[in-house]
Amino acid sequence: MYGWIGFLLRINLSTGNVSKENLSPEVARSFMGGRGLGTYLMSREVSPAIDPLAPENRFIFAAGPLSGTNAPSSSHWNIVTKGALTGTIASSSSGGMFGAMLKYAGYDALVVEGRAERPVYIWIKDDKVEIRDAAQLWGQTTPETTEKIRKLTDEEASVSCIGPAGENLVPLANVMNECNRAAGRSGVGAVMGSKNLKAVVVRGTGAVRVPDAGGFRSAMVKAKEKLKAHPVGGTGLRLYGTDVLINILNESGGLPTRNFQESSFPTADKVGGESLAKRLLIRARGCIACTISCGRATKVMNPEFKGQGEGPEYETAWALGPDCAVDDLDAITKANYLCNEYGIDTIGMGSTVACAMDLFEHGVITTEDTDGVALTFGNARAMVDMVRKTAVGEGFGKKLGLGSYRLAEHFGHPEYSMTVKKQEMPAYDPRALQGMGLNYATSNRGGCHVRGYMTAVEILGNPVKLDNLATEGKAQWDIIFQDLTAAIDSCGMCLFTTFGLGGDDLAELVSAATGVKFTTEDFLKTGERVWNLERLFNLKAGFTGKDDTLPQRMLKTPISAGPAKGHVNRLAEMLPEYYALRGWDADGVPSPERLAALALSPLP
Amino acid sequence: MTKMLMIYPDRCTGCHNCELACSFFHDGEFRLHTSRIHVHTWEMEGISVPTACGQCEDAPCVMVCPTSAMHNDPAKDWIGWDSAKCIGCRMCTLACPFGAVVYDVSSRRILKCDLCDGAPDCVAFCPVDALEYVDETDAARARRKVVATELKRTYEEVR
Repeated sequence: MYGWIGFLLRINLSTGNVSKENLSPEVARSFMGGRGLGTYLMSREVSPAIDPLAPENRFIFAAGPLSGTNAPSSSHWNIVTKGALTGTIASSSSGGMFGAMLKYAGYDALVVEGRAERPVYIWIKDDKVEIRDAAQLWGQTTPETTEKIRKLTDEEASVSCIGPAGENLVPLANVMNECNRAAGRSGVGAVMGSKNLKAVVVRGTGAVRVPDAGGFRSAMVKAKEKLKAHPVGGTGLRLYGTDVLINILNESGGLPTRNFQESSFPTADKVGGESLAKRLLIRARGCIACTISCGRATKVMNPEFKGQGEGPEYETAWALGPDCAVDDLDAITKANYLCNEYGIDTIGMGSTVACAMDLFEHGVITTEDTDGVALTFGNARAMVDMVRKTAVGEGFGKKLGLGSYRLAEHFGHPEYSMTVKKQEMPAYDPRALQGMGLNYATSNRGGCHVRGYMTAVEILGNPVKLDNLATEGKAQWDIIFQDLTAAIDSCGMCLFTTFGLGGDDLAELVSAATGVKFTTEDFLKTGERVWNLERLFNLKAGFTGKDDTLPQRMLKTPISAGPAKGHVNRLAEMLPEYYALRGWDADGVPSPERLAALALSPLP
Repeated sequence: MTKMLMIYPDRCTGCHNCELACSFFHDGEFRLHTSRIHVHTWEMEGISVPTACGQCEDAPCVMVCPTSAMHNDPAKDWIGWDSAKCIGCRMCTLACPFGAVVYDVSSRRILKCDLCDGAPDCVAFCPVDALEYVDETDAARARRKVVATELKRTYEEVR
């Protein structure tokens, strides 16, 4: 095969069995790889109703056909599993080197099943696969683990690992790759921890091949030129990172503030990408094959929050910043470093602290619950301190680690949790971005912007500018973005390539890499197939159309000031149209006709 | 005027585009392991440094080569490698102070930068100009300019 390697590696941690399987060309053609391939394997091998932390759950690392090539920003790969935070299908996209390295080692995907008796790590050097004891690594932070494991294996190895949070089965835990790249959200780190799997370490010396070098080169060069010419994909993200969005969203009145009580933040500029570039940025960083370079190598000199590492990007700066009413960029950046080191999702962490601050200010919780800390909005020191406490399960941190839904529910007020399907909503207020609200509500992994990035059309005007406060036409756009994103997550590209590239460019790249002809329509249909299969999984996991909703605050409490003043999210105006356009019934169940058109069938 | 590969670690983002371009140009496949240029990364410090053959004038690899497979080619002003003469003794690997010459076991050949015969693809595919292929005497111009710009700013401030 070209583009694809043609093999899957399967490791059962209960039995220690290691096997190499063929990747069928039909499956590759239908699901491409990454998120699609992982979801396909989950739907075949896992009963959706299982406990996410049970040994029967699979933990799948899957690269796409473009991973490991020089297609621009083709570093992305996915962790697919049933998420510990949400109970939905989870697919966490990450950049870095890991996906490419897995392919150089000779595999399109690694499927981990079972549970090791004691902490282990997996060491893959091409055909040589070992399950090794990780006792001396347990409890270590992600940079410590990465450094030690490279000494034990190979200094150029790619390391994907959990920190203390994942070990402690914290539902907010993520998986960190090469220290600074996160596969976050949905609680994937806790699932890895439940398998007693501290890390997967890969060094590959093989190649990714394409059928026609000249043909691939022209498609690749064309795509790179287009991306380079785009003001966001070419220069904007390199100069200011994704955090450039802080001021843009604030000016649009769509920057959630104080746990979504408000949607603008007076001192937003202090935490935006421009301030970051001026004050803390050392240089831009890029994943393998990246031409965008949105990564932020930063350093904080302020003794109170001293540290060095990467970040923050937009979501992180917002969650640990305006959502907690914190405008101290040093504190935000420090909390970001700590999240990376302990292996915690930054959106979930920030939003859960914001929820706790909301509960505190409304008197639902007191200093008796918070270990004596006055958890008021704007308390930067407390926000930073809560990260470590959450990871190690100390005091109030044990409750924070559950995520904002379970936290607020524990104290009898789930309405304070700004979550969809128990996952924290990210940094776009659905009352100011109506279509983004629909995307959150229908997202297959709970509140999430990178399932369908409606900000592109509702705020940024890419490729067209729509009225962000209107609901008309949003269902159709949501579907386009959701399907396109599912296809991008499956082929191995970074979502940011859409700042310059369209479905036609991406389909051309996949065709050139694999030798299998994908039209733009085929490419989007693959995304639609993945989306529907995820939906089928969730329906069997117990979710229904009733779960396609937003927090009451988004539906009932109008924004009090700013450009979106007076608006609530009008989900009811969009959801029936969305279901109809998807070919789903009034309860959100895909119709047999639509499934047949996608060559899918309902799960048993 | 001859040219040289100029490396700017301060601009490098650690994206490995140069390595991918190198293996693709030479072998038509994407394989970091056989790239002739290497990027070394210190993730927690946020810095990456590419290294490659400097095409030395008094090249140790040439001096130790017992068969003249490794040779100085004055016409192209680079260090060439002749596969027909190479006996695979790896003396060049032992001698090179930069670690820029390696013997690839899988293909039984020497891997060393050949400047893509005058138009290095690593330079063409570097998205941030961390690599430049420039006239030798002008090689340090960009670096001088950075210093000069700083001085210019200072003078403007004190005037």
